[in-house]
Amino acid sequence: MNFETTIGLEVHVELKTNSKIFSPSPVAFGNQPNANTNVIDWGYPGVLPTTNKGVVESGITAALALHAEIEKHNHFDRKNYFYPDNPKAYQITQAEKPIAHDGWIEIEVDGEKKKIGIAEMHIEEDAGKNTHEHGASFVDLNRQGTPLIEIVSKPDIASPDEAYAYLEALRQRIQFTGVSDVKMEEGSMRVDVNISVRPIGQKEYGTKTELKNLNSFNYVRKGLAFEEQRQQRVLMSGGTIQQETRRYDENSGQTILMRVKEGSDDYRYFPEPDLPALEISDDWIQKVEAAMPEMPGKRRDRYVNELGITDYDAMVLTQTKEMSDFFEATVADGADAKMAANYLQGDVNAFLNDNHVDLQDTKLTPANLAGMINLITDGTISSKMAKKVFKGVTEGQDPKKFVEENGLVQLSDPAQLQPIIDSVLADNPQSIEDFNNGKDRAVGFLVGQIMKQTHGKANPQVVNKLLMASLKG
Amino acid sequence: MANNISKDQVQHVAELAKLELDDNQLDYFTDQLGQIIGLFETLNEVDTTDVPVTSTVSDQLNVMREDVADNWNQKDALLANAPETENGYIKVPAIIDESED
Repeated sequence: MNFETTIGLEVHVELKTNSKIFSPSPVAFGNQPNANTNVIDWGYPGVLPTTNKGVVESGITAALALHAEIEKHNHFDRKNYFYPDNPKAYQITQAEKPIAHDGWIEIEVDGEKKKIGIAEMHIEEDAGKNTHEHGASFVDLNRQGTPLIEIVSKPDIASPDEAYAYLEALRQRIQFTGVSDVKMEEGSMRVDVNISVRPIGQKEYGTKTELKNLNSFNYVRKGLAFEEQRQQRVLMSGGTIQQETRRYDENSGQTILMRVKEGSDDYRYFPEPDLPALEISDDWIQKVEAAMPEMPGKRRDRYVNELGITDYDAMVLTQTKEMSDFFEATVADGADAKMAANYLQGDVNAFLNDNHVDLQDTKLTPANLAGMINLITDGTISSKMAKKVFKGVTEGQDPKKFVEENGLVQLSDPAQLQPIIDSVLADNPQSIEDFNNGKDRAVGFLVGQIMKQTHGKANPQVVNKLLMASLKG
Repeated sequence: MANNISKDQVQHVAELAKLELDDNQLDYFTDQLGQIIGLFETLNEVDTTDVPVTSTVSDQLNVMREDVADNWNQKDALLANAPETENGYIKVPAIIDESED
């Protein structure tokens, strides 16, 4: 029996606004528990939420980045549930008329491009955080009311690799809009997945299972791959799939049954009476669109056409907004674009990988990288010396100063080099004779001697030129 | 009284609302809710074809505030009202994770 797989992804993205979605409390992390909360966040009787305009604009921005249709008239709904992470006993979300629907993003797997549909995108509030210890639970409501967007894919994803590519593409597009940091490790991007398989040719979808505890894109791919195989095995052996929630176990790479779902959840949604509906005019959409940062595709085109770097380089540099912004700033600081591209993909990337850090968490600056590249292009330092300078630059040092303080300046002045060349020639009459007899190897030997005399600081090009002139003259 | 709602449904709704009903209360509310639903049955007789769903009765639109953070510094006052606190957290009985997002 051959099977086809259907995967659906629900992605929550935390928006990077200044204040919460329905109260002016700051959206900030690392503060004392409950320090960023007020009576609205705690759901006190008589308080009235007010919609944060910045959240709606972030929603419009994200919708545009996902090629989604914006719902001109949309409103919030109440989703009722009891849990201590939300003292109101309901979450304000959008159910009936979300802010956007029917979008798509393009993915590429094994060289093949495919559009993955987005069913809908809505804005909502996050809940607080619970920690459990010594038979009690502790609630911190700082996160309560942090704005989220939820992006629900259409069932277009047919393999774990496509799911991975979808998440990469989604993260990239959202990141370039600047509305979120979209970092799974920091919880600003969270992924819920469901998966079903069915024999090829069967019309109805198979029964789906839901996977939890997928804390990285890689685990999403691994968990889905395990679950795909498991469901196929169950069906092959004549069994049936139960509608259940399973947890991915990072150590064993398996999914483990958490609970079987009986019936659908009963959240008793109804329109949120405390918040007037939203009406989004074309004018507003156009304004948001005009203020939107350039998306990766446009940046790639510009890098290739205006800066003259290769398609491949442009693709790698636009993987993240940080890298792309850093590249542009380095070029703006006067660096050669091709060299900037090479350094970012080579030495800089190696440095980030070796130290497991993100670009923005290092002491590297575009100005210093550009400064170093310019020292190479103007011949002040050799690319070999640049290795040492680069180390200084990663420590936040000014490349020019570093070069001066460490005596790394390349010796390019003929007036200084000529006497050294003369003395090396005087010491090696045999080599001159060899050269005259057509043995080119003699040149390499002489250059080596000159480099030795100058402790490697001589500019090889200048040495070559002067040496040849001396030998022939 | 017409059976507009069953005892099981009332029991289910009570569970969703985290309410414990004894048998007398269950009978009482089944009857009462049945009557209320009966009233809505009357309303259902009105022909609402082509009438858009009403999601709000307010004629206000786009009531929004600018995205400016303002910390009202109510933490201590709010925590003082919580039944139990510890190190700035609200302390609640241990909960099994049944949260949904």
